[in-house]
Amino acid sequence: MNFAEQIQLLRRRTFLGQVGRGVGGVALASMLAESQAADAVRPDGWNGALMQPHFPAKAKRVIFLCMAGGMSHLETFDHKPKLAEMHGQPMPASYTAGQPIAQLQNSELKCFAPQHSFSQCGESGLEIADVFPHLQKQAGELCVVRSMTTNAINHDPAHTFMNTGSLISGRPSMGAWLLYGLGKETTDLPGFVVLTSVGGGQSQPIAARQWHSGFLPSKYQGVQFHSQGDPVLYVRNPAGVDRDRQHDIVNATNQLNQIHGSLVDDPEVATRISQYELAFRMQDSIPALVDLSDETQATLDLYGTPGADGSFASNCLLARRLIERGVRFVQLYHRGWDHHGGVKNGVATTAKLVDQGTAALITDLKNRGLLEDTIVVFTGEFGRTPMAQGSGRDHHIKGFSMFWAGGGFKPGMTYGATDELGYNAVENVLTVHDMHATMLHQLGIDHKKLTVRFQGRDYRLTDVHGNIVNEIVA
Amino acid sequence: MALPPHHQLSYFQGEDMRLLIRSLALSIVICFTTVNAQDKQVDFDQDVRPILSNYCFECHGPDQESREADLRFDTQDGLLESGVVRPNRPDNSDLLQRMLSNDPDLQMPPPSKEKRPTAEEIQTIKNWISSGAHWETHWSFTPPKRPALDESPNAAHPIDQLIQIRLAANGLSPSPAADRATLARRLAFDLTGLPPDYSQVAKFVADDSPNAYQRYVDQLLDSPHYGERMAIYWLDVVRFADSNGYHSDEPRKIAPFRDYIIDSFNQDVPYDQMIVEHLAGDLLPNATVRQKVASGFNMLLQTTNEGGAQAKEYLAKYAADRVRNTGTIFLGLTLGCAECHDHKFDPFTTKEFYQFAAFFADIQEQGVGNPPAHPVIEPDDQQKLEEFDAQLAELKGKAKLVSDSLAQQMATWEAALAAEKAAQLTADSGWSIIGPISLDGIDNPLQHAWPAESDPDNADWETKILADGQVHALPETPGVFYLRRTVTASAETPMQVQLGSDDAVKVWVNGKVVHQNDVRRGVAANQDQFSTQLNAGANSILVKIVNYSGGAGFYFQAETGSLPTAIAAILQKPSSDRSEEERQQLAEYHRSQSDEWNSLQTEIESAESQRQQFVDSLPKTLMTVSTQPRTMRILARGNWMDDSGEEVQPAVPSIFQSLNDTAAATDNKLPNRLDLAHWIASNQNPLTARVFVNRLWKLYFGKGLAEPLDDLGAQGTRPIQPELLDWLAIEFMESDWDVRHMVKTIVMSQAYQQTSIRSEQLAKVDPYNRLLARQASYRLDAEMVRDNALAVSGLLVRTIGGESVKPYQPKGYWRHMNFPVREWQADDGDNLYRRGLYTWWQRMFLHPSMLAFDAPSREECTVERARSNTPQQALVLLNDPTYVEAARQFARRVLTEGGDTAEAKLNWAFQMAVARNISSEEQTVLLELLAKHTAEFQSESNSADALLNIGASPVPKDVDKVELATWTSVCRVILNLHETITRR
Repeated sequence: MNFAEQIQLLRRRTFLGQVGRGVGGVALASMLAESQAADAVRPDGWNGALMQPHFPAKAKRVIFLCMAGGMSHLETFDHKPKLAEMHGQPMPASYTAGQPIAQLQNSELKCFAPQHSFSQCGESGLEIADVFPHLQKQAGELCVVRSMTTNAINHDPAHTFMNTGSLISGRPSMGAWLLYGLGKETTDLPGFVVLTSVGGGQSQPIAARQWHSGFLPSKYQGVQFHSQGDPVLYVRNPAGVDRDRQHDIVNATNQLNQIHGSLVDDPEVATRISQYELAFRMQDSIPALVDLSDETQATLDLYGTPGADGSFASNCLLARRLIERGVRFVQLYHRGWDHHGGVKNGVATTAKLVDQGTAALITDLKNRGLLEDTIVVFTGEFGRTPMAQGSGRDHHIKGFSMFWAGGGFKPGMTYGATDELGYNAVENVLTVHDMHATMLHQLGIDHKKLTVRFQGRDYRLTDVHGNIVNEIVA
Repeated sequence: MALPPHHQLSYFQGEDMRLLIRSLALSIVICFTTVNAQDKQVDFDQDVRPILSNYCFECHGPDQESREADLRFDTQDGLLESGVVRPNRPDNSDLLQRMLSNDPDLQMPPPSKEKRPTAEEIQTIKNWISSGAHWETHWSFTPPKRPALDESPNAAHPIDQLIQIRLAANGLSPSPAADRATLARRLAFDLTGLPPDYSQVAKFVADDSPNAYQRYVDQLLDSPHYGERMAIYWLDVVRFADSNGYHSDEPRKIAPFRDYIIDSFNQDVPYDQMIVEHLAGDLLPNATVRQKVASGFNMLLQTTNEGGAQAKEYLAKYAADRVRNTGTIFLGLTLGCAECHDHKFDPFTTKEFYQFAAFFADIQEQGVGNPPAHPVIEPDDQQKLEEFDAQLAELKGKAKLVSDSLAQQMATWEAALAAEKAAQLTADSGWSIIGPISLDGIDNPLQHAWPAESDPDNADWETKILADGQVHALPETPGVFYLRRTVTASAETPMQVQLGSDDAVKVWVNGKVVHQNDVRRGVAANQDQFSTQLNAGANSILVKIVNYSGGAGFYFQAETGSLPTAIAAILQKPSSDRSEEERQQLAEYHRSQSDEWNSLQTEIESAESQRQQFVDSLPKTLMTVSTQPRTMRILARGNWMDDSGEEVQPAVPSIFQSLNDTAAATDNKLPNRLDLAHWIASNQNPLTARVFVNRLWKLYFGKGLAEPLDDLGAQGTRPIQPELLDWLAIEFMESDWDVRHMVKTIVMSQAYQQTSIRSEQLAKVDPYNRLLARQASYRLDAEMVRDNALAVSGLLVRTIGGESVKPYQPKGYWRHMNFPVREWQADDGDNLYRRGLYTWWQRMFLHPSMLAFDAPSREECTVERARSNTPQQALVLLNDPTYVEAARQFARRVLTEGGDTAEAKLNWAFQMAVARNISSEEQTVLLELLAKHTAEFQSESNSADALLNIGASPVPKDVDKVELATWTSVCRVILNLHETITRR
C-alpha cells in the first residue's frame, strides 16, 4: 500500500465509523473518530500514523524557540576567555584555512573578544551570559549543548536544514513529521502552529517552507498565527455575517454534503463534513485562544507582557496556551539575531526581548506540571564567528550553542564543547540530525522508523544520519 | 480531430467483450489475481526485483562505496555468476538461505538493519529460484512493446481491450457509463479546467446521435482553455514561479514562458519538440523567439541573491538542481540520489550524475544574483524593430554622405585655420594679489565689491609668482583675495580656462564677469571650466576668491585659440606625420563644426533612444544563454569546496543507449544540451514516452498506471497494467508525440466514461481501483476551485496569457519577507478575476487560498499534488472575499436568470454549479435557509449592506438588497459544497 492509500484507508475508517453511528442531519462526524478508531495499545494522545511507540515516550509535545538570524554563542552560552586574550590578533589560519565563510570572504580574519560577561548559575555552575538574567535563574532546568554544528552557512538553507533535515526544498518539517506520526490532541485547533515576533536586529526573511509539509499532505503543515489581522488566515466571518448566520451556512453545507454522500459512497464527503465542523469550531476557539485577557495579572507579569501584543513574550504565553489545548508542535521565530555589526548592543537588545518570555515559559510549564512532558528547544540556525566583522560577527556553522528544557532532557547540565576560541565543536559534537533523532526519541519515536515512501525511497526527518545522544536524556 | 491512418480502429463503439477476450487472453500474462503463493509463476521484474531493491540493494546494489563483500544483486552477473543464486536449487542459493537464517551472524539483511522480508516475500524468492531464476532488465529501461490487439473494424477501443482482459481474469466487469451530465462536467474540468456551460450540458444530454460524445469532446479540445488546463499541470512539473525562491525571494520575469506552454498545448506542438525547445531552444539553428522563450526552462530553478552566499556553492546547487529535476521531469528518474554517492537502487553512479550535470555547464549564470531577463521580440515587434533599424540606417546613410563631403573640404578648412593658429600672446604681466581682506560684517562677500574690484587700477597690488597649472595655497584665514593679470594677444582669440578655488570664485575679463561659482570646497586642479574671448591687444583678467573658512587656495590654467588643445597639437604637425588615429580625431572635430552633421547626429540619437524605449516596453523573460562551458568535476560527497574530483564531460548514464551519432560526434565536438534534448526526446528512449503518458493518465483517472509518477526506477511500483502503459507510450510515439491525440484517445475509451461510484463488489475486491473497473472522483486542483467559483458566478475574466496577476490576499501575509520589505498590492478591474493559473506565484509565501488547496510552492518538480481535505479549505471557501464576492455575483445571476419561484431559482443555481437538478430533500434545506436569512437581513439591513460590500465589483443599484444578501447566503452554501469542488 502506498502512502496515499494509507491515508485513504484512515479516512475510510472514519467514514465507516460515522456511517455505523447513523449520522444524520447536523449530528455530524468529528475528528475524534480517527482517534477512537485507533489501536488501543497506543499511548494516550497518539492518533497519527504510528501505531505504537518504539520507545517509552517521555514527551508529548514540542515548543521550538527559533533564534532566527543565528544567535552568537560567544555572547550567550559559550564563554571563551582565550578569545578575549587574543582580541585584535589574527585568527590562527589553522582554524580557518579551507573553511566556508559567508560575508567575511576575502577579509582579514581577526579575533573578536566576547562582548558580554558571563556568570556561573545554579547548582551546577552553568555559565550563562549576563544578558540573560531571567534564564540564568532557570539554569537548573536547562540542558545546554555547546557543540552544535550544521551544514549550511546562509540563512535560508540553514533554516531549511534545521527544520527539515535536508538542504533540498520540499521535505516535511519536523512539526509536520510529528503531526503525521503522532496526530494531535485537539479537535478544535491545528496540531502544528507557527508564531513569529520581531525586533532586535536585522529581520531576515522567513519562508513558509520552514513549516511546510513537503511531500506529506498539506493537512500536516504548520498553521501560522498572526498578531495583526486575522489570527489565522480567513478565520473571521465575512462582514455582515455573525456567528449564528455563519453556523447556518456551515450547517446547510453539511446537510447537503450528507445527502450527496449517501448517494456517492465517497469517504471524502465525510471528511469534508468533519473539516467544516472543525473549521467552524476554530472560528471560535482561535480568537478565544489568542485573547490573553483571561490570564491573571501574575501570569502576564511573569512573562513581562501587557497582553497579546505580538511580542516574543506574549507568543511564549500563547505557546503555553496552545500546548495546553493539545497542539503537538509550536514553533516561535524571533528574527533579531543576525548581528553582522554591533554584536554587543545587538545581542543585548535581542536577548532582552527573548529572555524573560523564555524563562517564564519554562517556569509556567513547570508550575502547571507540563514541563516534564513538553520539550522546549532553544536554538538558532547557526552560530557566529569568533572573528570580527567590524563590530559584529559573521555566520558560523562549525560550533554553536543551543539548549533544551523539559521533555526528559537532563536538567542543569552542559554537553559538548568548542575549542578555546569557540570555532570548532571538538567534544561530543552534535549534528542537526542528532538533535532531531534525540528529540524524536524522547517523543517515543525511533527516527529510523518514522518514514514515508517518496520518489521510491523511504524518507525520514534524519535523512540517513542521526544518533540519539543518550547522555543528555533521563 | 482526424486520427492518423494507423489509428483507424473503430474503437469508439460498443463491442462483444467476451469474444475479444477469448482472442487475446493467451497473448498477455495476467498476474493480478492473488493465487496461492506456493504455485505462483514468478516474474522477476515485477515480483523479485522490488524485494531485492528494498532489502538488499542498499549494501549489495549499484553504490560501489557502500557495497559489502563485493556482492551486487542489481545485475544479472552479480546475482548468478557470483553463485548467491543457483537456478532451480533454492537450498544451495545463499540469497535465500541467508534470508531464512536465524543466526544473527548470517542473517540477511543483518539484524542491525531492522528490516525483515515477509514470509510471502521469501516464498517469492524461493519460487523464482525454483523456477529457473530468470533475470530481466528493469521494465522501464527496456523499450515498450506494443501488445497484440484485436484490430478488426469492430474491435473495442484498445484501452478497453487491455483493461477488460484483466477485469475478466479477476471476474469483474466494467462499471456502467456515468450519466451524460456527469460526463459533461467531468470532461469540461478534465479538458479545460472550467465548469461546463449548462446550455452545452443540456444539448449534450439531449443529443442522441452516435457521435454526440465525440463532438462534445472535440468542442472542448478546440477551446483555447485546453492549453490552460494542460499548463496548470505542466507548470507544477517544470516548477514555474514568479519569484527566485531563496532568501529574499525576489520577483523574476518569466510570464512569457507560461504563454509558451499554453500556446504549445493549444497549437498541439509535438511533445518531443517541446522537450527540445525546453532544454535547448536557444541552441537550435536560427532559434526563434518562441524557442528562446522555451529555453527559459533551464532558468526556472531557485536562485539566491543572499549577501554572503558563495557563488561556487550555489553554482553547485544549481547544477544538482538541474540534474535532479530534469531527471524527474522528463525521465521519471531519481538521478538526484546520485549526487553524493552512487544511486542505492538504480544503476547510476556519482560520476554519471556529474556527467549529466555537464550538459548544463554552458548556461551563463552568476551563482549569486538575479539572472537577467531578456525582451521577448515577437515577429510584429521584430518588424517594428526593423522599421527603427531602417530609419537608423537611412539617417546614418545621410550622415555618411555629409561626412564624405566634409572630408573633401578638410584641406580648405585646415588652410582657413592657419590665420587662427597665428594668434599668439605677446606679453603677460603675471599675477598680482590683494588679500586676505576680512569678511567681517559682510553678508554676501562674493557679490560685495571691495575697492580692488570696483577700482582695480588704483588698488595696491602686490606681485606674486603663481605658476599656471599648479595648485597654490593662500593664507589660511577667512577672507577675500583678488588676483589680477594682464595679457596681450596678437589677434582676437578665444581662451579656455580651467580653474580651481577654495572656496568661492568669480572672474572678470576686461571688466565683464565671465564666470562665478559660490561653493565651499578644498582646492584642486580643473574644478571649473569656462571659455571666454581675448581682444587683440592688452586684456585685464581679475579673479576673486572668497575663503569662508579653513584653508584657501587657487589654481589657474588657460589656453588661447579656438581649437581644443589636442586638435591644435595635431594641426601643428605636418599632415604626413599624423597617425591614423589623429587623422580620425581631426576629421571628427571638423564634422562637429557642421550644423548639418550635428542635426543628423541628434536625429540618430533620438531614433536610437526610441528604439530602446520600444525594446524596454516589450515583455521580458528569463532565457538560457549559452557560453563557454565551465569545468565540471565530481564533487566527493557532494562537497562543493572539494576541487580534487575527476573532471567530467557530458554523457548520459551508461545503462541507456548512448547519444545518437549526431553532429556532435561527427564534428568531433563534445555533446551538448541539444544532444541531450534529442536523446531524451527520442523514440529510442524507453522512458520519455512512458513517463508522459503515465502522467496524462493521472489527469484523466486521478492516478497513474505506474506509481509513483516521479520514479519509474527500481523503487517505483511496476504498473499493474504494463501492457496498457506500453500501448499508450507506443501510440504516443507513433502519433509523432501528439499530446492532444493521446488526450482524446484516453477520454474516448469506455473506461474513461465509467461511473465513479463503486459497486459493493468493487469496494471489496479493488478498493483502490487498480484494475480500472470504474472512474475516480476527486477534488478539483487549487486553480480550478477558484476558476469554478468565478465561472459559476459570471465573474471570470477569460483572457488568456500575459503577466501574473494579484487577486485579493490578506493584508500583511508577506510581512516576513525582506530585502526588500514588501506588501502585496492587489490588482483592480479584470485582473482580480483571472484564472488561478495566472495568480502571482511567490515561492516563499504562495497565495494562501492556493496553498490551502495543495498548490505546491514549486521549489522542486511536482508531478502529483497531495489532495488533502482540511479545515483551512473550509475557511477559504467560507471567508475568503473571493468566494464571498463570487457568491454575491452568483446570487445576482440567480435572481436575474434563475426563473420566477424560489424553487426554480434553486434548481437553476444547482444546474450552474453542479450540472444537475436539485432534489427535493436538498431544496428543503435551502428553502429553510432562505426563509431564515430573509427575516434576519430584513431586520438588519446594515448586515446586508456589509455582506454585499465585500469585493471590488459594484453592487447594482436596482436590486433589493435583502433579497440579494439572502441569496448570497444560499450561493455561499452552494459554492462550499463538496460536490461543487469535486470532479466525479
